[in-house]
Amino acid sequence: MTLEALLVVAAALFAVGLYGAISQQSFVMLMMGLELMINGALLALIALWAHSTGGNPQGQMLAIVFMTVMAIEMALGFALITNVYRVRRADITEKLRKLKG
Amino acid sequence: MNRSLTVDVLFWCFAAGSVLTGYLVFRTDSMVRAAFWLLASFVGVGAILVLLAAEFLGVVLILMMAGEMLIMAVVMVMFMMNPAGLNPMFMVHQHRFAVAAGVVSFAGLSAVALTVDFPDQPVDPAVDATAELGFELLGDSMLVFQTAGVALLATMIGAIALASRNGRFGTADEGSLEPALDIEELESP
Repeated sequence: MTLEALLVVAAALFAVGLYGAISQQSFVMLMMGLELMINGALLALIALWAHSTGGNPQGQMLAIVFMTVMAIEMALGFALITNVYRVRRADITEKLRKLKG
Repeated sequence: MNRSLTVDVLFWCFAAGSVLTGYLVFRTDSMVRAAFWLLASFVGVGAILVLLAAEFLGVVLILMMAGEMLIMAVVMVMFMMNPAGLNPMFMVHQHRFAVAAGVVSFAGLSAVALTVDFPDQPVDPAVDATAELGFELLGDSMLVFQTAGVALLATMIGAIALASRNGRFGTADEGSLEPALDIEELESP
């Protein structure tokens, strides 16, 4: 379990997430792509923490901030999906051509 | 089998599993199944974190994502057409650009990972990393921890404000209306 292998796995997760976030039409699938990208970033962060910082606890602290970002992204994403569906009956990005309410 | 070999085998299993299930998220026909594939990917990463001596974070990640993905599955069933995967589903746009972006980002990030010479300071196995994290959370980094908590509170308030159909004084799309003070008027047919 070398640092290089861990970072390559994290890069693969990030790349799959980026593909999903760009290509998916459905809002929820798009959010899944974003989550996968944060997942890869989290893995890279903890890999670097475990191999390069001598176990400085502030590295884990940063990971907790990452997880907070994940939770915030999901909660606000779901709220926006609910709101957009109610106002526009839209569930895919193509139906939101206008930003004006 | 010695310990390091076991850890290596487990790591490659979890790594391959999490990348594969992450890919299956965008290949399955059912959105509910996609949510559970994503959960599987997070469980793989959480297990790798446990192998890396970040036991607390790994288990917290798995627990948090289990809850989150269940909410996601419920949202799918509520809002999306075809949640059960009865029809083939392939809803993508700018597909070629997305594939190119994924491949380029993977190549770029891997190149960085393989060429940069990172300092070699592994975690000391004698130190209890979880205990250190606990002292850090409630010690020097208390302000960061509290800020994360306040940010989550603000998120809850914002999410409720965005998602609720009715405010106190009227529906969201009509704007605010004065509350009716005359009760008789409300009750008359």
